[in-house]
Amino acid sequence: MPVLNVIQAVNDALRTEMRRDPSVVVMGEDVGRFGGVFRATQGLHDEFGADRVIDTPLAEGGIVGTAVGMALYGLRPVPEIQFADFIFPAMDQIVNEVAKYRYRSGGQYACPMVIRSPYGGGIRGGHYHSQSPEAHFVHTPGLKVVVPSNPYDAKGLLISAIRDPDPVLFFEPKRVYRAAKGEVPEGEYEIPLGQAKVTREGGQVTVLAWGAMWHEADQAVREAAEAGVDCELLDLRSLQPLDVEAIERSVKKTGRAVIVHEAPRTCGFGAELSALIQERCFLSLEAPITRVTGFDTPFPYTLEAEYLPRAPRILRAIREVAAF
Amino acid sequence: MPAKASPLAEKVPAPDREEVLALYRRMLLLRRFEEAAGRVYTEGRIGGFCHLYIGQEAIAVGVHAALDPARDFLVNGYRDHGHALAWGTEPERVMAELYGRASGVTKGKGGSMHMFDAARHNYGGYGIVGGQVPLAVGLAFAQRYRQADGVVVCLFGEAAVNNGSFHESLNMAALWKLPCIFLCENNRYGMGTAIERSSAVTEVWQRGSASAVRGELVDGMDVLAMRDAVARAAAECRPRDGRPVLLEARTYRFRGHSMADPATYRTREEVEQQKKRDPLNVLAEHARAAGLELPRGDLEALEAEVAKRVQAALEAADQAPDPAPEAIWQDVYASPADPALHREI
Repeated sequence: MPVLNVIQAVNDALRTEMRRDPSVVVMGEDVGRFGGVFRATQGLHDEFGADRVIDTPLAEGGIVGTAVGMALYGLRPVPEIQFADFIFPAMDQIVNEVAKYRYRSGGQYACPMVIRSPYGGGIRGGHYHSQSPEAHFVHTPGLKVVVPSNPYDAKGLLISAIRDPDPVLFFEPKRVYRAAKGEVPEGEYEIPLGQAKVTREGGQVTVLAWGAMWHEADQAVREAAEAGVDCELLDLRSLQPLDVEAIERSVKKTGRAVIVHEAPRTCGFGAELSALIQERCFLSLEAPITRVTGFDTPFPYTLEAEYLPRAPRILRAIREVAAF
Repeated sequence: MPAKASPLAEKVPAPDREEVLALYRRMLLLRRFEEAAGRVYTEGRIGGFCHLYIGQEAIAVGVHAALDPARDFLVNGYRDHGHALAWGTEPERVMAELYGRASGVTKGKGGSMHMFDAARHNYGGYGIVGGQVPLAVGLAFAQRYRQADGVVVCLFGEAAVNNGSFHESLNMAALWKLPCIFLCENNRYGMGTAIERSSAVTEVWQRGSASAVRGELVDGMDVLAMRDAVARAAAECRPRDGRPVLLEARTYRFRGHSMADPATYRTREEVEQQKKRDPLNVLAEHARAAGLELPRGDLEALEAEVAKRVQAALEAADQAPDPAPEAIWQDVYASPADPALHREI
């Protein structure tokens, strides 16, 4: 089985779906001849042509709005927003059109599409090339939000997202775009949206993470094991739909939960997870639910290593929760 | 890129009696429907916001006369009741939507700004000014992609032209040579702000020039001028190598921006002056000039027919049930089993 990185897996998924379904089109800034700023669409322009791999003007609202019109007429657009930080000019289209079209037309129309975007810090990108805006979109009913952490999941989840009848925000962990490698089957396979993966079983502390932060959490739970704390690690993979049953099952077993994300803490998705856990697992809890997150600041440039919830910070939280 | 002001004498091929009657009937339906909507709004039967189309009927009816709902596409802003009616949606379903009833066009979920009709390619109104414009680009792209030959007409007011989405969209439509008619209904006021106070360039038809989109000025009070301008624009953009067109229809709303607007920002004299060019009268003048004056009896019969239609819509809306409470969960996602965590807790 070929070993791919996340970028190659994304590229493979796009190619696989474009070969299968002529209604799938890819669009965005530099996605065509240039092959994408991170090379996610490399080679697609040559294989499928300019009508299906569309270089757009630099106009995020226009890109997503155009994708809405395409989807309304039955195409499956996969617009790329070059960095997740650039998604905000398209917020009106995403929040008010994409998310609501089915509802406000009384089910007459829908606009299935996958908005792909590299997100997150760790590449010294500074304020406008580092943010993790997933919570904004989970907070918008009508959207689905998927965040893979590795190549196998990236391909299977992206194929599922493209085939999904609802619009999906697909946030790709650019920090591990090339660093995360793994075996990826050739051809098509789907990973259903809304299924968390237990990547390590354990009995003392549940750790929840997604995307790039899964790798930090994975390192932390390994080190915790060496220190005698047996953690269970869940890669959520999809935030909406959310595999709340898997979370409930794990926390009822361990009685302890540590939530990791790199977005700022206040109103981050960890806050929602924490509320869900206390609603569902209140009588099982042995310690306060703990969040290890980015700080409530703009994303810093020089100090990003301090800002990001790296393994040592996660490990500290795991130890505190285990000892509570 | 010259403006064409469409002077009355030049543009009007002699209309036939059937067509004049059809256009007049349709405009009258829009007028009386909106008058009724305004009335029941003040009685508290319609809630929320309500933007009436009174004064602008020649545009919606002219667009419809030039295009074909089975082949062409409509994308709209928030002042959308008139276009839904002109495009053929039953008055009962439009009125029921204003009432928020389950029998409304969007099952009572949207209200005034959400008049959709999939059967007639009406892709709906939209409540955020300018946000609908790029949808037309995508629909038109999909026409080319599927090798279909529909034309997309996208409606917006003159205030939307100052929004970035307008310029992003015109650039893309021109770049990709798409079959889009961008149709600005310039009624001179963005809510309470006159165009002179909001726009450095008030000639809207010129504002596509940055994207080399041909602009044309049309008399928006003249349904025949509208019909002809839209037909020309459609012929221009429909072919595979056709290009988008920007039409500016100069019009005027005889009522405030919404039912909540007393319109104190303009003078009574100005409004009265504009009402002299009521689109119903302009059409009647055309008919007279062409020797097709409509007998008083015919007009009275038309009035009675339209009044009956509107009354039926009011009664149907009044008697229709509200949406069932469970409807709040429907149509969020494709599958009712899909995520809505809050429902479970």
